[in-house]
Amino acid sequence: MTAFFQSLGLSYEWAWTVATLTGIIVISLLVMFSVAMVIYVDRKVLGAIMMRRGPNVVGPFGLLQSFADGLKVFLQETIIPSAANKGIFLLAPIITFTVALAAWAVIPFSAGVVLADINVGLLYILAISSMGVYGVVMSGWASNSKYPFFSAMRASAQMISYEVSIGFVLVCVVLFAGTFNLSGIVNEQRGFGLGLINAYVVHPLLFPMWVVFFISSLAETARAPFDLTEAESELVAGYQTEYSSMSFALFWLGEYANILLMCSLNTLLFWGGWLPPLDIPVLYMVPGIIWFLLKTFMFFFMFSWIWATVPRYRYDQLMRLGWKVFLPMSLVFVAVTSGYLMATGHFDRSIAPTAPATSTEIVQTTPAQPVAVRGQS
Amino acid sequence: MIQVIAFYFFATIVVAAAVMTIMAKNPVHSVLWLIMAFFNAAGLMVLVGAEFIAMLLVIVYVGAVAVLFLFVVMMLDIDFAAMRAGFSRNAPLGLLIAAILLAELLLAAGAYGAGGIQLGTPDGSAMQATDSSNIEALGALLYGRYIVLFEIAGIILLVAMIGAIVLTFQPPKPGARARQDVGKQIRRRPEDATVMKNPEIGQGVEL
Repeated sequence: MTAFFQSLGLSYEWAWTVATLTGIIVISLLVMFSVAMVIYVDRKVLGAIMMRRGPNVVGPFGLLQSFADGLKVFLQETIIPSAANKGIFLLAPIITFTVALAAWAVIPFSAGVVLADINVGLLYILAISSMGVYGVVMSGWASNSKYPFFSAMRASAQMISYEVSIGFVLVCVVLFAGTFNLSGIVNEQRGFGLGLINAYVVHPLLFPMWVVFFISSLAETARAPFDLTEAESELVAGYQTEYSSMSFALFWLGEYANILLMCSLNTLLFWGGWLPPLDIPVLYMVPGIIWFLLKTFMFFFMFSWIWATVPRYRYDQLMRLGWKVFLPMSLVFVAVTSGYLMATGHFDRSIAPTAPATSTEIVQTTPAQPVAVRGQS
Repeated sequence: MIQVIAFYFFATIVVAAAVMTIMAKNPVHSVLWLIMAFFNAAGLMVLVGAEFIAMLLVIVYVGAVAVLFLFVVMMLDIDFAAMRAGFSRNAPLGLLIAAILLAELLLAAGAYGAGGIQLGTPDGSAMQATDSSNIEALGALLYGRYIVLFEIAGIILLVAMIGAIVLTFQPPKPGARARQDVGKQIRRRPEDATVMKNPEIGQGVEL
């Protein structure tokens, strides 16, 4: 896209700026639109599993329900509790929402379709998702109310606990892929299983790690059965208790954007991203983004399925699962995976200078390399 | 141009946030300003091309350390009047620390003016080719040339962690009721815990 704006007569720097801003706006709008549709899907799936109809009044099949809800909260009054710490109270939902959108910058939707194809893409996702806890903690404290504060304490402990095991799972994937770049990780998965299956998950060392990652992503996004931060039977609505209208909606949108992000990470890291499931030429005729969306929504369906099926964990059970089961397990798997890869000579291949596996398809869109900028301007 | 704008943007916010950290009256606000400073310092790191360090800064400091820090401060019951009262007593110490920091800043500026030192080995064997990524260059250095120092640092951290666990570990008191056997809890079936009664009308149930 930078090249297109350059052809309009802009210098490289300004063309890059305009192209990036356009990309940001397009991705944000698309993510928000999918969040609206995904909330509808969530309610429909939940309704179907509970043998009721779900939203079916607004628009055909109730498709416009989310937009009607959005309009409704937009028109409501924002109530700020008199004892609340006003600035932080208003800042918290904005942080949650912004952070949820910012992580999408490095997600490759298809080959080359990515806003910032940076080398540390996976670390960027970790960094941004670790920022997410601030929205919850700040809202819990600023509300100046008991239940939100309990919820904030739970949320911070929960998110930090599960980030640890997520980190070790990601180390396993990075060991196999040899790169932190998300596009590179997806490209490494081409023909990974017996030269036929485009997915890391078929490997016996990576399948248990995917299970750990999937469950951890449920906990990281505070979805059922780990929705202790907003456990309605214990904490009213958790950290959202004192929020109303748009500030409440921002939490809601950010939460679903995070869930979608975790689904797409499952897709990218373990299930081959935009690649078709099998490495057969005829399947590549379907555009990559279709495969990516299909896989992502499959995971989202699993998220809602689990929500409707599994009862909520007790808090001590949650901590036990994170620290006593997942952490030792992922630690052992990091050691076993690196040992296995050393034994099979995996690293000799990736270090060899003749195999820069990914770099040919990557479109450089960041100005992180000053050399490139100087060369082209 | 964009780099210059971005640099002044991040740098201004870092300095302003640092000033607000010490100016803010509410300690929670102080911590939040500090987090702001951390985050924008990471932005500066990205600008100089050290994206790996930048991401680590955000993950470790902003994502984990500062959260716990924030929590401690949130739950402390701080008496501001008592804190202000100790100002004259602590002022000499504060001035001393400020003087040391100022001296270090001047020293650093002077050293920079005299020309930076060359890192790596004199023969250039530790220098990485400029086209390899940040992570590869760091990894090659840490796990190659500085492997001993790196392992020593790792072991010190491990010992510190074990020490913290040993210091805070309390063995369960004998006869304590709160020990949980997760397997036993999971194996328990509804039939073990509940009884289905079907009493006659007006009879009631005897337990």
